[in-house]
Amino acid sequence: MRTHDPTRSNPAHSALPIFGAADSTQKQQPRKGGDGEGGGDAEGPQKLAKKGKELKEDMDALVDEIDEVLEENAEEFVKNYVQRGGE
Amino acid sequence: MAIPKVMGTEVEYGITVKGDPDFDPISSCVLLVNAYREDHAGEILWDYDQENPLADARGFQVDGEKYTPNQQENIARNKTLVNGARYYVDHAHPEYSCPEVTNVRDLVVHEKAGERILEASRREANALLPDGAQMLIYKNNSDRKGNSYGSHENYLMDRRTSFKQIVENLMPFFATRQVYCGAGKVGAENRSAPVEFQISQRADFFETEVALDTMVKRPIINTRDEPHADREKYRRLHVIVGDANLSEYTIYLRNGVTAIVLEMIEDGTISKNLALRDPVRAIKETSHDPTCRKELQMDEGRRLTAVDVQAEYLEMALVHFSSRSVDPITKDVLVKWEHALEALRRDPMELDTKVDWVMKKAMIEGFMERKSLDWSAPQVEMLDLQYHDLRPDKGLYYLLERQGRAERIVGDEEITAAIHRPPTDTRAYFRGECLKKYGSAVFGVNWDSISFGVDGEPIKRILMAEPLKGTKAHVDELLESSPTAADLVKNLRA
Repeated sequence: MRTHDPTRSNPAHSALPIFGAADSTQKQQPRKGGDGEGGGDAEGPQKLAKKGKELKEDMDALVDEIDEVLEENAEEFVKNYVQRGGE
Repeated sequence: MAIPKVMGTEVEYGITVKGDPDFDPISSCVLLVNAYREDHAGEILWDYDQENPLADARGFQVDGEKYTPNQQENIARNKTLVNGARYYVDHAHPEYSCPEVTNVRDLVVHEKAGERILEASRREANALLPDGAQMLIYKNNSDRKGNSYGSHENYLMDRRTSFKQIVENLMPFFATRQVYCGAGKVGAENRSAPVEFQISQRADFFETEVALDTMVKRPIINTRDEPHADREKYRRLHVIVGDANLSEYTIYLRNGVTAIVLEMIEDGTISKNLALRDPVRAIKETSHDPTCRKELQMDEGRRLTAVDVQAEYLEMALVHFSSRSVDPITKDVLVKWEHALEALRRDPMELDTKVDWVMKKAMIEGFMERKSLDWSAPQVEMLDLQYHDLRPDKGLYYLLERQGRAERIVGDEEITAAIHRPPTDTRAYFRGECLKKYGSAVFGVNWDSISFGVDGEPIKRILMAEPLKGTKAHVDELLESSPTAADLVKNLRA
């Protein structure tokens, strides 16, 4: 659908030193399977299935932790959260 | 040449007391702010003499009453901290205005230090509440019932850049930058079209393009012209369009990219016409489309997505910096900006450890799937609210961070240190160090002044009209050679 893609069309753009440079926060990339930048296309279906499983286990662990801390009586809690407008 | 982008943020927090049917926000705020104790412990006034929130950047003065509290009320509602910040009661919300900083890395450090200061005072305040009552603080912008409170950014700008230039070049940027700096919200409010989840906390509340108001009929660009500095030389652009962010990466991009665009406006390097036909409509359309594929109507006819509009700004920024020196932080912001836009084009969910709204959405969707819930479930609304909870053990942002699901920009040690330490390279250094050293002799403070009451002499007010003066390099010798406030005043006269 989109015919206009400005980040691709300007030759000056890709000639600049920062273009394509590594994002320095990548080295702090948190442990978390699945969203790696390292091209998912090249990976076999088995590896992807394993990754999918890891992701699900990861999410399960998160949901369990959320369960432990989520406020009880959610309905009443959010109903009672009323603020005055500010600024 | 653009002037250095000195910046800061002011965050209004949500506050409630669980288990108190008679909860009163204002007295709770006063309790909270006064529960925070620092060593200097002086009773210091906020100096309202210099303030003028009714001056409009378009060149006029608006009618209205300027707020000036009496002395007792003033001291009860305002705390100036040794790190150079102001912590105070604004209407019915606690507010933290971080000290002036020169770069976006320091901004992240100081905005995050603010969260910890609020949390420390919340714990102290709680100890004073009756059994069964618990004070809770949220770093968000809406109660999801049509009431919004702000999270404002401030940037120092050159007075020679006309306000008209700022408005024209900034409007499309502000309507669309939320794709990488929204905080996310379940549902819609303020008579906006219904939606399950949207990108921004605030978009539903913008009703006009440009105005002075911040509380009713909110504008995308606010015209408050109160520079808190030499008004012949500077403006302070008061940005009210942003969300309260918890993710460091998001705060970093939000302020970092905005500072870059403002620099470009000052240098006249915004060369493209990106005017939107209807910015107020566009900001809502963008927010209501978490796929980031909605095309917005441009004024000259074509249609671009919010990501396209941002990519146009990025392209102009790369050209801008191709003939200028780039400091390492700005370079890093450019790289991250580009990475974020590329990810948003492929699949916004790739940013689920980086950008608040995506982090929140991924968390909620994971929870919904496991529990077989839909977007209307009360637990889903609770997840939205609790993402912003400042309690380290309950706040869901902090939970994601603990689990390694939040990309960091700075370290915990830096944040902890910033609770007690002002930035060294702005006038915040002089303000903070004076409080540390002469606390009991400090009479009043504002962003651009500090006044001393010394031994029955008339109050001596020191003006700080230059945000980049009063730095460690400028004043350390003066402070060292002035053991008392009387010495300081004397040395300044000399």
